[in-house]
Amino acid sequence: MKEKLICIGNGMAGIRTIEELIKLVPDKYEITVFGAEPYVNYNRILLSPVLSGENTIDDIILNEEQWYQDNDITLHKGHTVVSIDRGRRQIQSDKGLTTNYDRLLLATGSNPFIIQVPGHTLPGVVGFRNIEDVDTMLKVAIEGKKAVVIGGGLLGLEAANGLLQQGMQVTVVHLHDTLMEQQLDEAAAALLKNALEKRGLTFLMATETAAILGENQVTGVRFKDGLEISADLVVMAVGIRPNIALAQQASLYYERGIVVNDTLQTFDPRIYAVGECVQHRKQLYGLVAPLFEQAKVCANHLASLGYSRYEGSTISTKLKVTGIDLFSAGDFHGNKNTDELVFQDPSQGIYKKLVIEDNRIKGAVLYGDTLDGSWYFQLMRDNVDISAQRDRLLFGQAHLGDSGYSDSQTSATLMSDATEICGCNGVCKGTIVNAIIEKNLFTLEDVRLHTKASGSCGSCTALVEQLLTFTLGSEYSDSPKTKPLCGCTEYTHDDIQRVIREQHLTSIPAVIHFMNWKKPDGCHVCRPALNYYLLCAWPGEYQDDAQSRFINERVHANIQKDGTYSVVPRIWGGMTTPQELRALADIAEKFQVPTVKFTGGQRIDLLGLKKQDLPAVWRDLNQAGLVSGHAYGKALRTVKTCVGSEWCRFGTQNSTEMGIKLEKFTWGSWTPHKFKMAVSGCPRNCSEATIKDFGIVAIESGWELHVGGNGGIKVRVTDLLCKVESQEEVLEYCAAFIQLYREEAHYLERTAPWIERVGVTYVQERIVDDADNRQQLYEHFLASQQAAQKDPWQERATEGVAQHEFTFLNVGTSQSSATDGGA
Amino acid sequence: MENRIHIGHRNDIPRLGSRVVQTEQGEIALFRTADDAVFAVANRCPHKNGPLSEGIVHGHTVTCPLHNLRLNLENGQAVAPDEGCVEQFTVHVDAKGQLFLTM
Repeated sequence: MKEKLICIGNGMAGIRTIEELIKLVPDKYEITVFGAEPYVNYNRILLSPVLSGENTIDDIILNEEQWYQDNDITLHKGHTVVSIDRGRRQIQSDKGLTTNYDRLLLATGSNPFIIQVPGHTLPGVVGFRNIEDVDTMLKVAIEGKKAVVIGGGLLGLEAANGLLQQGMQVTVVHLHDTLMEQQLDEAAAALLKNALEKRGLTFLMATETAAILGENQVTGVRFKDGLEISADLVVMAVGIRPNIALAQQASLYYERGIVVNDTLQTFDPRIYAVGECVQHRKQLYGLVAPLFEQAKVCANHLASLGYSRYEGSTISTKLKVTGIDLFSAGDFHGNKNTDELVFQDPSQGIYKKLVIEDNRIKGAVLYGDTLDGSWYFQLMRDNVDISAQRDRLLFGQAHLGDSGYSDSQTSATLMSDATEICGCNGVCKGTIVNAIIEKNLFTLEDVRLHTKASGSCGSCTALVEQLLTFTLGSEYSDSPKTKPLCGCTEYTHDDIQRVIREQHLTSIPAVIHFMNWKKPDGCHVCRPALNYYLLCAWPGEYQDDAQSRFINERVHANIQKDGTYSVVPRIWGGMTTPQELRALADIAEKFQVPTVKFTGGQRIDLLGLKKQDLPAVWRDLNQAGLVSGHAYGKALRTVKTCVGSEWCRFGTQNSTEMGIKLEKFTWGSWTPHKFKMAVSGCPRNCSEATIKDFGIVAIESGWELHVGGNGGIKVRVTDLLCKVESQEEVLEYCAAFIQLYREEAHYLERTAPWIERVGVTYVQERIVDDADNRQQLYEHFLASQQAAQKDPWQERATEGVAQHEFTFLNVGTSQSSATDGGA
Repeated sequence: MENRIHIGHRNDIPRLGSRVVQTEQGEIALFRTADDAVFAVANRCPHKNGPLSEGIVHGHTVTCPLHNLRLNLENGQAVAPDEGCVEQFTVHVDAKGQLFLTM
C-alpha cells in the first residue's frame, strides 16, 4: 500500500514540492492537497499585473484541474484545515473532513498583517494577498475613485501602481521616511519616489494611521497627526506574517515561523514544511526563488533520497512595476568593514551602489540601469574576488573586455529584432524573444535548447540573459545557486567530485547508481564529465570508458565537418628537424593529405584523413619518432616557445630547452579542458605566454610564472602567480598548478574562468605560500603521469588497441529472407 | 524480395557504441545500447550530415558529434526541440547474437 502524503496549502511552495516529488518518485505516495482558496494553484507573484490589468487570472494559473487528475492527486479546494492530531496522524478541515497521513507537508504560506486600528474590519479594507483581494479591489477600482494604500514597501507600491493603472487616485501612506527601506537605500528610494510621483501617486511619508473611517463602508482615513483624507478603498500592505496557526494548534515548535532544519523537517519527523510559513536558520523567506529551492530539497527527503540540504538563500528583489527598473540584493547598507562603490547620474535617473567587503560583493542597489543586476548577483552568490575588475565594476559586465562586443552592443533591449545575438548559430533577437514567449521558456538552458542561441561558444550568454529578463520581467529566474551538472542529476560538479572521492566510486555505473541518476546511462553531457572526474581521482585504477569519450578523444584525432579527421603530432617545444619535416612530407604524400597547415601552437596539422587510414598514418609517424600531440583532447596541448638565449640577442634564459622539458614532463595529462603553455625567453614575450593557461616569461633572475590566460572567446591576460629561480622550480610549480586545476575545476572549465571563480589569491595560497601543499600536488601529478604517458597512437597503430574503431563491419553472404518466399 | 545480410555478431559492437557497414545505399550505422538492443540508421545526421556512428549513445538515443543533435534510435526522429529524421533499417538479432540487416 502506498504511504499517504497530505499537503496543507495549494500555493506555489506546496505544489512545487509535489511537482518535484512526482518527478523523483511518481508512485511513492497517495497525495491529497488541501487549499483554503477556491482555486487551483496559481502564480501569486503575478497578482500585481492582474491588478494593473496587464494579465488576467487565467494567465496566472499554474496547474489546471487536469494536472491534479493526471497525477492522481486529490484536491480539496476551499477547505481550510483547522486541526492536526499528531498522535492519530489525522487532520481535520473546516468542512468536517478528517483524513489520515503518513507524512504531512505544511505549506500554509502567510497572512497579510492587518494593523488593528479602529475600522480595520470595515468593508473596503483589504490586504493584497490572494485572488479574492484582487477581485475586491477591482470591483471598487473605478475611474476617479480614491484609494489609500498603507505601506510603502514592495507589495504596497505594486498595489498602488496597479490601482493607479485602473484609474484610481492613489495615496501611499508609509511609516518610514524612505520607501522600500527593506530593499533600498535612501538615494535609490528618493529616485523611486520621484518617478512614482511623476506617474501620479501621492505619498504621505513618516505618517502613521490612527483610524479607518466609515460606518458601513470605508469613507476615509485619519492619521496620528490629525489629517483626514477620504477613501473608497484601503489596502493594507504593511507586511506579511507566517501562517502558523496550525503549528500553534498542534503544539509543533515555532518561533516567528514553523521551525525547520536543513531538510525542511519540523520538530515532528513526520511533518515537513516549506514556503513562507517556515523559519529556517532564523530566516523567513517571502520571495519565490528561495521557496523553489526549499521545495526541491523537501521533495528529495520526502522521496527518501535524503542527500540534499537547504542552506538558506541569497535573495534579490526586482519591483514589478512596468517601466521602473529597480534591483537590490544582499546587504546593501553595509557596515564599518565594508566599502561602497557608487555611481550617480541624477538627471538620467541612474544610481548604482555596490557594497564590497574583502573584495567581494555583499550587496547591490541599482536604479534606472539594472541590466547588470543578475551579473552582480551571480558574483555575490559565488563569492567571487573582484579585485582585478574593481575599478570598472560599476560600468558593468560589458566593459570587461569581451572580445568582439563593442559598447553599442551591450544593451540587448535596445536592439532591433533583426540584430544577430548569437554569432555562432546565427540567431537574432526576434527569434529569441518569440521563442521565449511562444514556447514558455524560463531559463537560459531552455533558450539554448530551443534556439541554439548562446549554446556554442557562450560569449553572448549575457545578452540572452538580458532578453530573458526583458521579456519575462521579474519572472525570469536566475540560474540557481547550485547548477546541476546536467539534466540527469540534481548534483553540481563539486558535489560529484567530492562524492567520487569520499565514497571511492571507481566506475561510471557506480556513480550513476550511488547518486541516483535519472537515466541509467546518463547522457552526452554527464558521461564525459564523469569519465574525467574518475580518471582524475583514481589514476591507474580507473578503467577509462571509451564510450563516454567524445569522438575526438575516443579515436585520438579531430573530427572535421565532412567526417574526416585531422592529425597533429607533438612537436616538442615547437622545435623540429629536417628529418621530422621530411617524414611529415612523405606521409602527407603517401596518404594524399589534402591540406597541410601550421597550427597556432607551432605544430603541423594534417587535415582530411579517413578514419580507417589513421592507424597506418600513426604507424608511419611513430617510425619517424612522432607521437600524439593530443590536439583533439581536453588535455595538455602545446608548449609554445620563442628561440630565447640560444639565438636571440635579447634572450635572458634558454626558453626552448625549458619548453621541451615542460612538454616532456606534462604531456599525456588529461585536464578539465584544454591546457596550453608557452615559454618566452625575455619580457618581450614573443611566445605570447601571457594569454596561456600557464605562461612562463624568462627574466635575468629566473622565471615569471603566469596563470589563467586565454586567447579565445574571451581574451584574458594571465595573473602573475610568482617568480622562481630554477628550471626545477618551474616544473614543480607547473605540475602543482596543473594538478590543482585538474582536481578542482569543473569539467569543461578553462583555467581563465576557473581562476576568476576561485580567485588568484586562492591559487597562490595553495601553490606559492604553502610549500607542503605544493609538494603534495606535485606528487599527485607525478603519480597520475605514470599511468598517463603512453602514446595512444602507438597503442592503436601497433599494439592492437580498439581496432573496431577503424574497421567496418564485414558484409557477409546475402541470403534470401526465409519469410519472403521467392520470385 | 527482401535481402537479409549477415553483418557480424552483436559483440562486434561495443555496448553504448556503434559500427558502420558500407552498403550500396551508403553507410549504415549500427548501435548497441546498454540493454543490448541493436538499431540501424543511415549514418548521416539530418542536421548537417554528421556521422552519427561517432556520437555518444545514451538510452536509445545518440548525440551527433558535430552539433549535438539528439536522435531517437527507436523511431529515427530528432529529439525535440530539434527537428529532422533519419532513415531506419531493420536489424534482426538471432538467438546466438548474429546480426542480419534487412535491405
